[in-house]
Amino acid sequence: MAIVSLSNVEKRFTKGREVVEVLHGIDLEIAEGDFIALMGPSGSGKTTLLNLIGGIDQPTAGSVVVAGQELVGLSSKKLAQWRAENIGFIFQFYNLLPVLTAQRNVELPLLLTRLSGKQRKRNADVALQIVGLEDRARHKPGELSGGQQQRVAIARALVADPKVLVCDEPTGDLDRDTADEILGLLEILNKEHGKTIIMVTHDPKAASHARHTLHLDKGLLVEAVT
Amino acid sequence: MNKFSLVWSNLFRRKVRTFLTLFSVLVAFLLFALLRTVVVAFEGGVELAGVDRLNVSPKYSIIDPLPVSHRNEILNVEGVTAISQQSWFGGSYQSPTNFFPKFPVRPREYFQMYSELIIDPAQLEAFENNRIGAVVPAAMAEQFEWRLGDRIPIEGDIYIKRDGNKLWEFELVGTYETPDSAFLSSAFLFNYDYFNEAIPEQMQGIVSWFTIRVENPDEAAEVAARIDAVFENSRNPTRSATEAEFTRQFASQLGDIGLMMNGILSAVFFTILLLTANTMSQAFRERIPELAVLKTFGFTDFSVSALVLAESIMLCALGGALGIGLAALVSGAIAPVVESLLGSFQLTVTTMASGMAIAVLLGVVVGLVPAISANRLQIVDALRK
Ligand SMILES: Nc1ncnc2c1ncn2[C@@H]1O[C@H](COP(=O)(O)OP(=O)(O)OP(=O)(O)O)[C@@H](O)[C@H]1O
Ligand SMILES: [Mg+2]
Repeated sequence: MAIVSLSNVEKRFTKGREVVEVLHGIDLEIAEGDFIALMGPSGSGKTTLLNLIGGIDQPTAGSVVVAGQELVGLSSKKLAQWRAENIGFIFQFYNLLPVLTAQRNVELPLLLTRLSGKQRKRNADVALQIVGLEDRARHKPGELSGGQQQRVAIARALVADPKVLVCDEPTGDLDRDTADEILGLLEILNKEHGKTIIMVTHDPKAASHARHTLHLDKGLLVEAVT
Repeated sequence: MNKFSLVWSNLFRRKVRTFLTLFSVLVAFLLFALLRTVVVAFEGGVELAGVDRLNVSPKYSIIDPLPVSHRNEILNVEGVTAISQQSWFGGSYQSPTNFFPKFPVRPREYFQMYSELIIDPAQLEAFENNRIGAVVPAAMAEQFEWRLGDRIPIEGDIYIKRDGNKLWEFELVGTYETPDSAFLSSAFLFNYDYFNEAIPEQMQGIVSWFTIRVENPDEAAEVAARIDAVFENSRNPTRSATEAEFTRQFASQLGDIGLMMNGILSAVFFTILLLTANTMSQAFRERIPELAVLKTFGFTDFSVSALVLAESIMLCALGGALGIGLAALVSGAIAPVVESLLGSFQLTVTTMASGMAIAVLLGVVVGLVPAISANRLQIVDALRK
């Protein structure tokens, strides 16, 4: 069964008189447990598409069903609740809170759950273990390398055990070796933990870690390789 | 970690900025608490009951004195057992910065009235018998290095001798001990009779205020009312009050204390409002991407704006609490000195509570705009920046 199902999705941005047509009628199905690389030239609408799947933006037309939930028309509050349960986000620039230790950054999404303080801490430790950073729990982001920061961000995306991970150029800011480590980690999360992963990337080598690659060009999916 | 510690950690993202802001808020509330305490001390009603001494002063203004002829009429009022009189002489010794009160008095009755002032009986007698004699607190004699027999020149300003001479000369014949350093009971005293004869005729026979002793302290309020009733329709109506009340009256004629304090406080709070508003909006702008990230995890618009508002309230409340706490220490330390002047000088619960309420309100006002912006923040827009 498809965990992501988009039909006839359009997205337009209007700024004053100017109208930018970004997505022109996208149809897309992603199976649960898949690992998708989304490629395409800059400005083709990759981030825009990812944001729709992640439920942080709404399409101009069409339907977006993710993890069994139609996202179009949900209130901002309902969407927030839905994201907390179903989606983990990983960004190019990590977006960790600089004032919090690695462990507390990871714990952050759990503040929205009913878990006790102790349980939250334990889950955060487990997530840090999965990404291999248990010995850096007390360090702040400023004291970690880029690759380590991205691992913390991955642990944070994982900690609430979402079904889907959406990653926007997660290795875009890292060197080759570090990027490979991160991609290896994503593969493990996909294979061993059953996470469905949708990853935007410019890098064909990064895409090769995925099971499937999708190409977006001028707002259309031009070729869906199976 | 909980939401409180999340807010707390964010507060100290820019330590220097936070501490500077915190310090300014602290100072503002320290000022608030101390000035309010002064206002409360001035405005607070004074219990008349239980005191055995009252001051009888002109009803409207200290500048408009009482005729010495009031003496006998006051002494005739039921419940009054003794009287003494003081006149505000003004004048200066060497330099106007040597600021101490100088009173022409009737020596024996003055020291009988103020029995807490201790003087050697032989010196009191010398004071009575020497026309130009003067007595001063021992501490004052020490300060100016005066010895018995010294001639002390005082330059008159309100009162000039009838021959046009501004210079008054007194001979130090004694010193006295005072139990406290209260302004009005640490005076340079000289003979009223000499003073009265030396000044021009049209100024003679006037007194700034009388002090009386009441027979029964429980009836002080009634005695005060009786005295004031006697002069109510005369050309020189009186106002009888406790000494503490009198001191306040005296000070408040220098200006409207409450109005002055409120003026100062408004200026202080306006400045602090701008300052903290600036800090909070800076802190907000720096954090736009982080707040957006919180929203991606599922923090609702409301909870993100609550975090921003909480941060602002926490900053102001912390500053307020520290300032008010410090004011409690400071007012406790200076209370003994100020109380001898104003009667009561205590940081009240009302002042503390209203201070904290203002601090929280300040936090709300200052945090409101950032909180609303945080609420409206669109994740997608914020992350593009
Ligand atoms: N909020 C917005 N307002 C106006 N135009 C926007 C907005 N968001 C995106 N766009 C436009 O939509 C188009 C697609 O943007 P998007 O960020 O999805 O591209 P992308 O494929 O992720 O590019 P890149 O590889 O550079 O990240 C761009 O032309 C961009 O200018
Ligand atoms: Mg992009």
